[in-house]
Amino acid sequence: MVTNNKHERIVKFFIHLFFIILSLIFIIPMFSIILIALTSEQSITAEGYPFFFRELDWTAFKYILDNPKTILDSYKVTIIISFGGTFLYLIMASMAAYVISRKNFRYAGKITLFFFFTMLFSGGLVPSYILYTNVLHLKNTYAAMIFPLLGNVWYMMMLKTFMKEIPNEIIESARIDGAGHWTIYARFILPLSKPALATIGLLHLLDGWNSWNPAMLYISDRHKYPLQYLLQVMLRNIMEIMKDMQNNTVLGSAANIPSESVRMAMCILAVGPMLFIFPFFQKYFTRGLTVGAVKG
Amino acid sequence: MLKSRTGADSQTGTSLRKKGNASRNQDFSLILMALPMMIFITIFNYIPMGGMFVAFKDYSYRDGILGSPFCDPIYKNFEFVFKSPDTWRIIRNTLGYNLVFIVSTLVISVSIALLLNEIKSRKALKVYQTTMFFPSFLSWVVVSYIVYAFLNPRLGYLNAVAAKLGGETLDWYNTPNAWIAILIVLHIWKGIGMNVLMYYASMLSIDSSYYEAAAIEGATRLQMIRKITLPFLYPMMIILTILAIGKIMNSDFGLFYQTPMNSKTLYETTDVLDTYVYRALMENGNIGMSSAVGFLKSVIGFLLVMLTNGIVKKINPDYALY
Repeated sequence: MVTNNKHERIVKFFIHLFFIILSLIFIIPMFSIILIALTSEQSITAEGYPFFFRELDWTAFKYILDNPKTILDSYKVTIIISFGGTFLYLIMASMAAYVISRKNFRYAGKITLFFFFTMLFSGGLVPSYILYTNVLHLKNTYAAMIFPLLGNVWYMMMLKTFMKEIPNEIIESARIDGAGHWTIYARFILPLSKPALATIGLLHLLDGWNSWNPAMLYISDRHKYPLQYLLQVMLRNIMEIMKDMQNNTVLGSAANIPSESVRMAMCILAVGPMLFIFPFFQKYFTRGLTVGAVKG
Repeated sequence: MLKSRTGADSQTGTSLRKKGNASRNQDFSLILMALPMMIFITIFNYIPMGGMFVAFKDYSYRDGILGSPFCDPIYKNFEFVFKSPDTWRIIRNTLGYNLVFIVSTLVISVSIALLLNEIKSRKALKVYQTTMFFPSFLSWVVVSYIVYAFLNPRLGYLNAVAAKLGGETLDWYNTPNAWIAILIVLHIWKGIGMNVLMYYASMLSIDSSYYEAAAIEGATRLQMIRKITLPFLYPMMIILTILAIGKIMNSDFGLFYQTPMNSKTLYETTDVLDTYVYRALMENGNIGMSSAVGFLKSVIGFLLVMLTNGIVKKINPDYALY
């Protein structure tokens, strides 16, 4: 028995060790971005990216805050597409999810299939691109960045699964009292689905915050770049500058801009707000994802 | 008696009719509630499906899909696709990476979830879950910054370490073969947390009385995992794998386009269907080629889902997707 206990403790130790190493692998890469952002440009060019804090140099952040127009514009766009999009999505998806979660609604199956089919088959990039640009003329609009995220059937199915678990008696007794579906939806279903709505809302918010594909396809107006797309353009352009530097063409001027650290500082500013949402995520997340959620 | 019965009958008759009307009204309000999403899906999902036949047209922006003439011969766009030397490369990359991703994600995430299930300390659990989940919070653009910090040929971490250890430094963004490993690692690093969490969450719902009974019988932890936990996870493993196989023609655009920074020298190992379609459309303006590849991708992808689901249905209908 004693040896057994000892054996178990050793196993436990190795499992913890494994997870600690794993955790470091997941966290440290992001930490490197912070390190670079807080290191001076001279130090980077002389010694490469830092492995540890060499100094606390805020030049990069100061540089961005001195020229805040670009990043503020992008924050605005990102906030509109992520929060506005999520608000719209939650309304549309929760209504539809309620409808297809009704067991004794005779069209529930057909409507579910109508939604579900889009998870199996899609028209692909080119027809959508033509629809957005040539039919609906949505180039350089917020709609072009919000719409691609609104048709998410997966999250809606998760919501539906959750709503199916709500005891039918609640709904039936409300119906006997004469409540219509709108009342039931607003007074019972929405409040009872709060954990699921929170999970899906956060997932959608994150998708909106992190989206850059639609901007790459449909946005050419610099004032309408969302944060992620701004970052993407920055990475490419500084690459261009660097290539030129290696060819010794713009050596003098480019060396004065703290390009390496500024880039990483921008990256931190873009990720930052989502880190505040992260703890909330933990609270709701495991409840929203089960086998049922997958099976739909 | 007779009279009262007819009276009762007629009463039920009217109440039934009333009920019929009421339930039709209720049906109507339900349909109304689903309508915004249905309209949206119709416009942005179903209409593009109809628009797929642009692949058979000689498209011009001025005439639109309906106005543009059909190709002559009708399969002209597809002929280009099959003649192009890139086609084999992008198919090989797309299928190859996805197969590796499916297998590695399944094995690694189930293993990690099983290990996680052995941990009883709530605090430790929370820390591990949080960190594992962290990369899925980042966009591929942000990840590409991290990758750049490591791979930057002049300043990056990997070359610095290699130089210190006396190894060979590499110009990573011009070394195609290195990207096979890089892409696989990145895919797992960024996505595994979500998968682990899904498996772990469904393990939590296993009734603990199974384990208690097994413990009384003298089963070891490994036996419990093999006989209780894993069988319980099979449905989820099968469903997630089917979904993944159905998406085998798709790839994570951000991973394949953004992290190698669309570097031309890396196309040999980084170009997949999605990036190819994107570049054909946006960089070369070749709508014919792009739509033909997209058409094949959609149709084959759909057939694959139907096929895999059919197979699962034959084995065990409970596990099938629909």
